[in-house]
Amino acid sequence: MTTTLSEAESRRVVARHGVPVSPFVTGATTDEVFAAIEADPTIEFPVVAKLCGRAIAHKTERGLVRLRLTDHEALRAACDELLAAARADDGPVELLVSSMIAGNRELIAGLNDDPQFGLTVMLGVGGILAEAIRDVVFRLVPITEIDAAEMIDDLATQRLLGEFRAEPAVDRAALVDAIVALARVGELEPGVRSADLNPLILVDGRPVAVDALLEIDPTDDAEAAR
Amino acid sequence: MSHDLSALFDPRGIIITGVSNHPGKFGFVTLHNLLVSGYEGGIFPVGREPGEVLGREVHGSIDDVPAGAADMIFICTPQAINEELLRAAAAKGVTAAFVAAAGYREAGPDGVEAERRLVALADELGIAVAGPNGQGVVSTPSKMCAQIVAPYAPAGRIAVASQSGNFVSSFLNLARHTGVGISRAVAAGNAAVLGIADYVEWFADDPETSVCLVYMESVDDGRAMFDRLRAVAARKPVVVVKGGASDDGARAAASHTGALASDDAVFDGMCRQAGLIRARDVEEAFEAAATLATQPLPGGDRVVVVTTVGGWGVAAVDAMSDTRLTATPLPDDLYAAIDEKLPPRWSKNNPIDMAGGETRDTVPEILEVAAAHPDVDAVLFLGLGIQSNTAAMMREGEFYPDHGLERIVDFHERQDARYAEAAAEISERTGTPVLLATELATARPDNAGPAAARAAGRLCHSSAGRAIRSLALMGRYAQWRRARGL
Repeated sequence: MTTTLSEAESRRVVARHGVPVSPFVTGATTDEVFAAIEADPTIEFPVVAKLCGRAIAHKTERGLVRLRLTDHEALRAACDELLAAARADDGPVELLVSSMIAGNRELIAGLNDDPQFGLTVMLGVGGILAEAIRDVVFRLVPITEIDAAEMIDDLATQRLLGEFRAEPAVDRAALVDAIVALARVGELEPGVRSADLNPLILVDGRPVAVDALLEIDPTDDAEAAR
Repeated sequence: MSHDLSALFDPRGIIITGVSNHPGKFGFVTLHNLLVSGYEGGIFPVGREPGEVLGREVHGSIDDVPAGAADMIFICTPQAINEELLRAAAAKGVTAAFVAAAGYREAGPDGVEAERRLVALADELGIAVAGPNGQGVVSTPSKMCAQIVAPYAPAGRIAVASQSGNFVSSFLNLARHTGVGISRAVAAGNAAVLGIADYVEWFADDPETSVCLVYMESVDDGRAMFDRLRAVAARKPVVVVKGGASDDGARAAASHTGALASDDAVFDGMCRQAGLIRARDVEEAFEAAATLATQPLPGGDRVVVVTTVGGWGVAAVDAMSDTRLTATPLPDDLYAAIDEKLPPRWSKNNPIDMAGGETRDTVPEILEVAAAHPDVDAVLFLGLGIQSNTAAMMREGEFYPDHGLERIVDFHERQDARYAEAAAEISERTGTPVLLATELATARPDNAGPAAARAAGRLCHSSAGRAIRSLALMGRYAQWRRARGL
């Protein structure tokens, strides 16, 4: 059996390996969250607040995501409500607050444990049409920067990567770094079975993950010792 | 670990089991094919009934074979007695076996057990075992067609390893048809001992081989195969065509990434990462291999298209649109050089449409200046064989050879043969690929143009699109090498 880490846990793991994620803080209480925001100047309003926990699979469906909170007052009310919405069977929960990120273009990236080839890293065209378009490319972990650059080249939807509605072309070097960092999560982090960075929004051409989910195998010795 | 397969591909002598006088039996057919292909090593047919088959003495037992005379055994006998035969063969110095016999893994639980014993025995005896349940092995440097079916192929530099025997035949048939030959070909059968990676690793060291061509359906240990084939691709091109590619086998996936993964997308990524040249189908795979075997690798993606007339150039440019290839704008000095050779009605751009304005030497001269230009990475000539096609109608018509027809027919045919020869010579000398394409390659293979290409051991593609596709695959491999400093 595998376990899906909470978004907060997943973000901490992937960020540690260099995956660019939108600025975020976490806390067990509303006050902890505010103390963390005080200490972290990278958090800018408006923000999004979410209630995270390993047992919480569908945050949106349960109304556990609050978007476009423009000031402290709105954030405090949202945090209190989210904590109150926790159920007994949710197990341990925490609040996650991150800056809202704007961008017109979305990619998706992830890790997947392939039955024939083992752990793979994926890059695809994201957004709500990802599954319809299926413009995705895979490589076997580990990868080199050359492999990552070729993944970007192999996407069919190259036009999405050029200049787009007054936004600059994708920063290929930054995207290479993000893919290599994600592959590194799969290579170095014990027990990883899958990961989703969905979406990976292009902000001024640079990729930023605004959600992250990591699935691990807790029977992996190293993970059990965590 | 790589195996020494020299006894399988270049045996000093071959023992064939199951040989009888019945021309429908595999033992007979294998003996026949070996004799007809001109195999010059020792041939030792073994069968239940002593006597002669095809003029060769049939031994009643492997014990009758002189020790050290054969290092390969080709097994056409029923599964139940093959272990005994392998032991007897090993005692005579045999180190390689092709087991054509069926009755192994494909035949149910008893067969699975028999195959397990075969693997153990191969290990115990130190015999490299190909098959079982396989079609055979072909090796043109040894003039060896050790196969239970046809065909044999002309000698060349493409080595085939296939998980399907039928596709070995397909590739050999395409080699016969195109004239671009084969060095080695082997059907892996059940691949109980030797698998695709083992063969391809041996091909990587084989001086007779310059391109590996693989047909595969299943991948047992994908990670190991990736590592092994990647190491080969760094040395020689490996063209892969995969059967069952449309299987996007529904997999239970917790993640979004998993839901977007299909067997094919992951396999494709593996190929790109390992530098394997993946073709969509058997014809495309053969043509890519044939192009790689006979042309230099392009230094980049800039293509010059040369046509005698019409829309072929447009089709070639269309075919480039889903590749990285481009019909490069003509550099000024190249433009000037071409403008000098053609009347003013030529297209003035790339594709170079000569608009029927070529004289006796124009085609070789334009191919030459284009291929020699430093800003051109590949040249495609469309229109080979037109003159000879006109000549063919003259030759077949009632007016031939009078009215000057004999002379003009000779001239046309000489010209087309000369274009094909010039293309080969120029690509060798300049290091720039010069490809040929015309539907006459299949519509009229006796046409002097395609025929001359075939005689030179060079591929003449049957359409501009197919030539471009081969060039694109070759270019992608070249790019993979360059990116990695190979």
